[in-house]
This record gives sequence, structure tokens and C-alpha cells, in this order.
Amino acid sequence: MSYKDQLGVIKSSPENYIDQDLIMQVTQKGLNDDRRGFLRKSFTSALGVVASSGLVGYVNAEEKKVLAGDPAILEKQDWQTTLGKPVVTNPYGMPSKFEDNLQRRESPGLTRVSAASVSFTPLQALFGMITPSGLHFERHHQGWQDIDPTKHRLMVNGLVKRETIFTMADLMRLPSVSRIHFIECGANTGLEWGNVAVPSVQYTHGMISCSEFTGVLLSTLLDICGADLKKGKFVLAEGGDGSGLTRTIAMSTALDDVMVVWGMNGEMLRPENGYPLRLVVPGVQGVSSVKWLRRLEVGDMPYATKDEAMHYIDLLPNGLHRQYTSIQECKSVITSPSGGQQLLSRGFYNISGIAWSGRGKIKRVDISMDGGQNWRPARLQGPILNKSITRFNMDWNWDGKRSILQSRAIDETGYVQPTMRLLREVRGTRSIYHNNAIQSWLVDLNGEVSNVQTM
Amino acid sequence: MSRRCKHQKITIFSIGIYLIFSSWVLAQDQLHTRYSNIGRQATQAEVAAWDIDVRPDFKGLPKGSGSVAQGQDIWEAKCASCHGVFGESNEVFTPIIGGTTLEDIKRGRVNALIDRKHPQRTTFMKLATLSTAFDYIYRAMPWNAPRTLSVDETYSTLAYLLHLTEMVPAEFVLNEVNMMQLQNKMPNRDGMTTDHGLWQVSGKADVRAVACMKNCIKEVKIESSLPDYARNSHHNLAQQNRIFGPYLGVDTTRPPLLELPNNTGLIKVVVKEVQRTLPTDDVRQGGTLFKKNNCAACHGMNHKILGPSVVEISKKYQGKTEALATLTKKVKNGGAGVWGVVPMPANPQLADSDIKIILEWMINPQ
Repeated sequence: MSYKDQLGVIKSSPENYIDQDLIMQVTQKGLNDDRRGFLRKSFTSALGVVASSGLVGYVNAEEKKVLAGDPAILEKQDWQTTLGKPVVTNPYGMPSKFEDNLQRRESPGLTRVSAASVSFTPLQALFGMITPSGLHFERHHQGWQDIDPTKHRLMVNGLVKRETIFTMADLMRLPSVSRIHFIECGANTGLEWGNVAVPSVQYTHGMISCSEFTGVLLSTLLDICGADLKKGKFVLAEGGDGSGLTRTIAMSTALDDVMVVWGMNGEMLRPENGYPLRLVVPGVQGVSSVKWLRRLEVGDMPYATKDEAMHYIDLLPNGLHRQYTSIQECKSVITSPSGGQQLLSRGFYNISGIAWSGRGKIKRVDISMDGGQNWRPARLQGPILNKSITRFNMDWNWDGKRSILQSRAIDETGYVQPTMRLLREVRGTRSIYHNNAIQSWLVDLNGEVSNVQTM
Repeated sequence: MSRRCKHQKITIFSIGIYLIFSSWVLAQDQLHTRYSNIGRQATQAEVAAWDIDVRPDFKGLPKGSGSVAQGQDIWEAKCASCHGVFGESNEVFTPIIGGTTLEDIKRGRVNALIDRKHPQRTTFMKLATLSTAFDYIYRAMPWNAPRTLSVDETYSTLAYLLHLTEMVPAEFVLNEVNMMQLQNKMPNRDGMTTDHGLWQVSGKADVRAVACMKNCIKEVKIESSLPDYARNSHHNLAQQNRIFGPYLGVDTTRPPLLELPNNTGLIKVVVKEVQRTLPTDDVRQGGTLFKKNNCAACHGMNHKILGPSVVEISKKYQGKTEALATLTKKVKNGGAGVWGVVPMPANPQLADSDIKIILEWMINPQ
């Protein structure tokens, strides 16, 4: 008997799929006595086995026949009885076809032009702290290009002793460093300022990714070119794509830990992430980590570029815009379980999520299961790095009651991730950017998890 | 060893000089020795070619001029298809023009940002620095052919926008000199603040939360959740989650379950083959090219945006193979008049072979 013929097999949860027919019936008509009875009858023999021996029982639902065990074990599977594929079938390896659901996705209705849009990382399915390069969120202002690295140049000009041209070869000869940092778009969670707007963590928080970046420190390049650090208080970074995106970086930040990067997770940057060269400004909103970096200019005043004067400005209740808001403040979110996920049974689960801060390391993450009334510290998973994602976990025995799950991160400066209410008190609801509020997920009686905001 | 000592001495000596005279020249020479033969001096022409930014003090603004009338011609030919004839369109991008008043121009603050009476923030409601507008238009416009406007064309285009904002009269000619005076007429010129702690890592946070641990709030109330009608707004979440593991995706094409599926501890399950229904390569390629070349900016799948929808086009041209040549030309060179007043922009960057694949897909989308 093949797996396909096994439709209707009963086995222990939670490793299973929900039968859509049953869901339909239950959904439309509820669990009346007939349906309850059917389930109970089907389960009887299985339950008997479980009760008497502690072993799992298997019943063929149609034939009502007790099986000797799990067909996945008792029957020989195709992958056991046939010759597997040779090496280099895929010269560049790809994820299993069973992982097809996990992709970067656009948020429907958010933007009207896909070349000036965002795709969100599927945080709901990721582990650890590193985002696979192919799932790193995208934000392009005028589409992405695949730039010929042999024709790519970096120019450093302005208040420098020697205006300099670097080729990729020049840059890659310099002493490099590899560091793990997050990149988060300033507009991450921006849709949620006023109310709940999107269903899952992919869309509420999916504009953050974390990678190991390899490159040369910007301070090294500024040294080589002889930057005038007395007058030159700002650096303009410019992209080589059609948008020629430009952002001003304060010199103190530039000299601190900014990197000119070509490597990402052990290989070259992906084109969507700035191949062959990008800036990485750790802890600062992603737009400053200029992709396809072609020029750096040292200057004595901020540049008020399009993305500092029309966009990436935060509207306050008094009608003023905050300009040059950059730091991504301490923030966290539970990624599993999270909005749009379905729990199938009560019992043990591992609550897991990510925390990060643009001001340094994560010190602590607390989790509440009752909507913020009571909190307990979660387990932080190392390594805990500067301006990087930190994974946290907590044991959870779900008793089947309504729960509201929240996480609250605290960074090494002592800053505590605020509630939505606190943020709104200061910034109102129209600021779009820099929403680092505590996220709430409602786990309902039916096991469905959804996005909510609490008072 | 002696060599090393000598080197150290030189270093110490240099640092001394550096501290006393704050001389970055010496430090520079030293570094050159350290990273020898890396990079080369940029030529003047190279710097001029790339250094096109214009700062708020108008440093970098090139000499040139352009009139409102010339700007209107350029606008209608190259800009209106996305931004609307009067920069008012909200179809493809958010509006550029609107929401500002003569009173705002006098005052330097846009009142609509305070009284919230204008439905949406337009570019000129937000923008405080005129330099930004010139920089951006010259740098990145038009949308599908960035950096193809000349300096004079950029002045003209900006002159037209300033006219629409009621900052200059219809006969105005904008140039690098009067630009600076016009900065004082920007409707929201005093609308920005840098009085916040979010620029530098050392900045002071504006919100101070406390990490309370026990009995922090009396009663938890849900104040916002996704309305029922939006349940499937981001498509079926069952297909956006792993097909196994502790949590499955909710099937958002159906109403919520009435009960936890597995209250008893056991559950009826159905093992399904993973459905992989991918379109054929040619069809997929057409759809991909359509998206990649931003056709979707103006042509929605089912709805009219600026141009007709794919479905409308398909209806009109299905079975008419002779139309392909005409349509190819139209995609390549642009055109107007068939579907409405908004002209179809030219796409000279597209190869004929790609246009063919896109058109075949548009006429027979699957």
C-alpha cells in the first residue's frame, strides 16, 4: 500500500495534516453527536492500545482495522528502495520541494509598483539567527540590477586628501572583517501604527534579516583617502543603480562600525542585496545600508536626499516631521507560534522568537502569556552579538485556554521595548517608521493564532 | 629587531606630530605606506560624472535654466503617465502636488499636516528643501529611464512643479540663481525637526518603558484585530507555512475552526501529495518579463490602473495574430489614444523577442 492509499489513517498528533473534509464539516455544522461519535468510534481501538501499552495505535479509518504500526515505518518507502540522484544534479543546491511555501512575498496592496516595493522574509519558519540569503527581505527603490563586478567602481570624493577610485580587486585586497548584523527596514511593522493591518509575522516583521557580512571597515577606506575628520562630519553614500539612492551617515557612525561589504553568508552578495558591493550600517535602518555602492562623499553638512526629505521622515502629531531618524531601537517578536498559524492540540510547545537592538546587544527577553499581565524571562540562545538578531526560547505547556503571547526585549543600554500605547503617546499613529512596539499574538480556543493589539 | 624599534619610534613620533598639529596629511602618508598600491587618484572628469548631488545649500547645483512651459511639455511626454498631468495622480505613486496653500508658502509650515484635512501627504506637503527635488529628478527620473533628463530639462520640469504648487507664475524661468530664493517659498520649509534621539546610537530614547514582571495591568482588552473580511487578504496562509511541524498555516480560504482539532489527543489525518502546479515555462517567462519590466505598474491583471488591464487586452486581441506586429511597435515606441487619454510610455530597452513573449502572455494569460 502506498502512502497515497492511506488517506484516512489515524495516527498520533502532532505530526499530521488536518483532514479538510472534517474541517469543512466541523466548520459548517459544528461537532454534533454524529461527528463526535464517528471520531470517538474511529479512535476507540487506537485509544485502547495507547491506554494499555503506552504504544501508539493505528487504525485504518475506512476498514476500521487496527494496524501493526506506522505505515511510514512498516512499509518500504520509495526513497529507500530506489537509487538516489547523483552529485551535482543541482550544481547550486536548492531547498527541498517540500519547503516551497516559504518564500519572500509582497504584501498585497502595499505598493503598486513592484520595482519600488518590498518583499518580506518568512520569519514564521526560520530558525536561529541567520537569514538564508535567498530569503533576505528586499527593498528596491527603482528595481534591482545584476551589476558586472569587473565594471563596478567605488569613488571616494569630497573632503579627502586624495579623491580615489577603487576596483573590486582593490577593495578585496584590503584587511577584511566578517560580522553578523541585522538589517531592518525603518518601515518594518509600519503598517501597524494605527491598528492591526496584516495577518502574519512575515508581514508584520518580515523586513528584518540577519547575515554574516564580509568586507572592509569604512574607517579603513576613509583613512586611505585621507578624510578630513575635522571638517568632514558627514558621509554621503550613493548607489550605482538607476535610483542612485543616497543617504547621509554621521561621521561618528561611519568611523564606528560601518562596513563596505561584498560577502554575505560566505558567498558574494546576492544581486537583490547589492551585488557586488554595499554599505552595511549596523543598527541603523536598512535604507542607509546603500546597495550597489558606487560613491562615498565626505562633506560638512547633511544632504537632505530624497530618502531623507520625502521618505523615511517620521510625522509627529504636531505636524512636524522628524528628519534623519536612523537608529532601530530594541525590538523583539515571537515567530512561532505567530499570526496565521494553527495549533492542533494542547500540550508542550517551544515558544521561539527573535530580538535585536540598534544600540548594542540584547540583555534580556521577557515573555508574557496573558497579554502583558505577568512576565517571565526567556532563554537567550547564544551567540549574543552586537546589533545582531538574538534567538530566544521558552517552554510552554498550552492548557487549551485563550492566551495572548507577547515578548519584550531589553538591550544592554537598559532600554525596554515599549508597548504600542506608550509609543503612540509620544509619536501618534502617522509616523510610519520605527515602530518597535511589543507584538501580541492571540492563541484562541480553536488553536488558531492571530494578530491582535491590546490595551 | 632594530628595524622594529625604529618603526615604533617613527610611529610614536608621527602620533606626536599628529596630536600637536592635527595634521591628517602626515597620517595619510603613513597609511599610504601601509596599504600601498591600493586604489588610484580619480580624474576630474570622473568625479564630475558621478558627483551630481545637490545639497540643501545648493552646493553642486549645475548652471542651467528652464521655463514652466517647457516643463509642461516634458511633463506630459515623460512624467504624466505615472504622476498625472497635474502631478496629482495617486494611481502609481503617491501624489506630488496638492494639500499646500498660499498661506503655507508664506508661513513655511503646511497646515494640512496639522489639521489633517488633506487625505494624503503629497511630496510638496512634506518637502522642506528645494535642493532635494532637483537632485532627485536629475538623478533618478523618469522612472523607467533614469538619468536621461538634461540639466535644462530638469530645471524645466521642476519649474512646472513649482508652478503647480503656486510658488511661481506661468511665465517663470527657473535657473541656478533664483532657485536659492525659492527655497524661502517652500510650503513646508520649517516642517522638519532633528530634535530627537534617533540619529546617533548615543541619542536619548523618547519613550521610557519599565520592565514590570507581576500584575502589570488589571485587565487585558483586545483593541484591534483583523476584520473577518480581511481573513484571506494576504492569500492562503496555509500555503505560506511549512507543511509539517508544530504549527501549520491556517487555511484562510475557510472560516475558523469551531474547536481545537485534536482535543482528544488523537486526530484523523490525511496525507497529501504536495501539489506543485507550476505553469509551463513559456507562460511563466511571459509573466516574469511582464513583472520584471514594470508593465504591472500601469496594467493590472483584472483592473484598469493607468492603462487597460491584461484581461481587457486579452479580450480585445485574442485570436488576432496580425495585431502582434502593431502591438510590438506600440510597446517599443509608446502610443496613445486607443484606451484613454494617458499615453503608453516607450520601452526602447526591451528586445523584440521579449516583447513578443510578454504580448503572447498578455493575450493568453493562464
